[in-house]
Amino acid sequence: MGLLTFSGGIHPYEGKELTMEKPIKEYLPKGDCVYPLNQHIGAPAVPVVKKGDRVLVGQKIAEASGFVSANIHSSISGTVKAIEPRLTSGGTKVTSIVVENDGQFEEVDFSENVMDLSTLYREDIKDIIKEAGIVGLGGAGFPANVKLSPKNEDDIDYIIVNGAECEPYLTSDYRRMMEEADKIILGLQICVNLFDNAKGIIAIEDNKPEAIKLLTEKLKDNDKITVNAIKTKYPQGAERQLIYANTGRYVNSKMLPADAGCIVHNVDTIHAIYEAVIEGKPLIKRVVTVTGDAIEKPCNLLVRIGTNLQELIAAAGGFKDGIMPEKIVVGGPMMGKAVYSLDVPSTKGVSALLCMSHDEVAALEPTNCIRCGRCVDVCPGRVVPSLLAKYAEHGDIDSFLKHDGMECCECGCCSYICPAKRHLTQTIAGTRKLILANKKK
Amino acid sequence: MTEIMIAAAVVCGVGIVIGILLGVAGEKFKVEVDPKEVAVRELLPGNNCGGCGFPGCDGLAAAIAKGEMPPSACPVGGEAVAEAISKALGIENTETARYVAFVKCAGDCEKAKDVYEYVGPKSCVLAQNNPNGGPKACTYGCTGYGSCKAVCEFDAIDIIDGIAVINKDKCKACGKCIEACPRNLIELVPYDAEHLVRCNSHDRGLDVKAACSAGCIGCSLCAKNCEASAITMDKNLAHIDAEKCNNCGVCKQKCPVKIIT
Repeated sequence: MGLLTFSGGIHPYEGKELTMEKPIKEYLPKGDCVYPLNQHIGAPAVPVVKKGDRVLVGQKIAEASGFVSANIHSSISGTVKAIEPRLTSGGTKVTSIVVENDGQFEEVDFSENVMDLSTLYREDIKDIIKEAGIVGLGGAGFPANVKLSPKNEDDIDYIIVNGAECEPYLTSDYRRMMEEADKIILGLQICVNLFDNAKGIIAIEDNKPEAIKLLTEKLKDNDKITVNAIKTKYPQGAERQLIYANTGRYVNSKMLPADAGCIVHNVDTIHAIYEAVIEGKPLIKRVVTVTGDAIEKPCNLLVRIGTNLQELIAAAGGFKDGIMPEKIVVGGPMMGKAVYSLDVPSTKGVSALLCMSHDEVAALEPTNCIRCGRCVDVCPGRVVPSLLAKYAEHGDIDSFLKHDGMECCECGCCSYICPAKRHLTQTIAGTRKLILANKKK
Repeated sequence: MTEIMIAAAVVCGVGIVIGILLGVAGEKFKVEVDPKEVAVRELLPGNNCGGCGFPGCDGLAAAIAKGEMPPSACPVGGEAVAEAISKALGIENTETARYVAFVKCAGDCEKAKDVYEYVGPKSCVLAQNNPNGGPKACTYGCTGYGSCKAVCEFDAIDIIDGIAVINKDKCKACGKCIEACPRNLIELVPYDAEHLVRCNSHDRGLDVKAACSAGCIGCSLCAKNCEASAITMDKNLAHIDAEKCNNCGVCKQKCPVKIIT
């Protein structure tokens, strides 16, 4: 039997060699930090500080405003300069808390929050995770405590740690696994113990043999957690594809992973859960890979949330030869979003900053569909992208829904493979957003 | 020979019986149609555009015949059709004002700044999915990919220099473009309205100036100087009430950014 995987998918250039062997370096912001109030899925947080207040590292500055929402903590010490709309990496202005950096990095006493793990009830642990403002750090930003509170707790059989890191160029999760394997194992153990029947799986793509070896070695006496090597293929790390590869269960757009008995967490999220429960620290830092052929010294940085992206570029040695790259993407090259201004803060969902000296998408004009069917071959959602894109272009929402347009996970495989260079993903994604927005109304 | 005669006789017989049955049924189950409605329906243009608010011309014809709508209710037919209908029905032609669509944006390629180069589907609706909702720095203005042009059945919209421009004479005020525009930029205004604000930005003046040289900065000079007090300010944006406007033109002179037509 071959390695665990799913049907469809692509094999793009990986680009991981740029940063794979670069250890995580902590970066301390020099300038002000900006905290947008909606760094997560759900209702925006509500500020609990006002202009002129002094805040410390780890102090809560905004509070969750609903069940699906998350707290936000200051990652530096200083004074609140303003609460005003600021540009974010999404391209829109979002109400944000701006903290003026005093350079002291004076922390609140985290040891006060530390409690003896053996005395904690399951609900207490979920409360700690909620209080720490932990959201899915893979990019979508779904609050972690909501994921860990499914309707029927007995039905959860697997907690899967997503160490696939299938997006090209990204190495932040790999470095976390290599450098802090013990913390990830303990973090997963905490999650597994929340459920009676759950088992832990750490799923890693086989292009990271070192990580597989290390974790397998550390877990050889543990009967509750296994390490699964999965085939290197994009989008192996997409939630539905990961669940299918590891358990053989299908999840569609109408289901949550919990309906298939699974909960999937990113490596960095598990690390944040460890820090919150064991060390009492809220989510204020994350690993960001700063890479691309336009970066002087590609690296993995431990970044304080709220740090300006310009500072990260400078920390990575600036642009190669000082030339402004043609394209800057926040996130991976497949699903990340291009940004037009670097004067934006890094948020909880920013896993990478990718700078390319050539914009390959803009260089090629899309031509007519030649009906080769390659997009159908590679689509992991098992839909017909060329057809959906046609319906989307004509605004035919009914046909779009009838042909399962909502099953698209916007992974970008169809656009990548299309020989006619059609903007398939973009078109389908735009229509999906439109439908979801209309549903909310 | 006789076989052929029998066959012919049977066919004729069947034909006669069915004919009589159909004739009786046609008389008995006849649907009563108002002759007035038929007359009106024949005078209407028959585009079934839906601009009147009814699903098609049949619906409007019935409403006019019943007197629920005035003879001038068809925006496509205009005065000529209204007159013909009122003549056919023998009622007085009450005139209703003619409306046209109006795009509240003057930020063409030259005036509105682009913050990035957009590569992707040429549709305003799909472009909204991108950062800033499209390459223009202004998040309120016309994206210029012609989602309104695509739905216009009267060829009344052109994309000129990056913004939608309405041909006032061709526009029948059917309202399809209003629904199609993802930024709610288009509104119906009286055909003879002379002075209108060509901006939709609710941003503060400083932000508007940074994004576009043809944006309402919310100075409210027009509202202060309006003799007929037809201008109201709503969140940094002036709006002229065409019904109150007496076309004096003071607002146009006073506007520092020259966005009042």
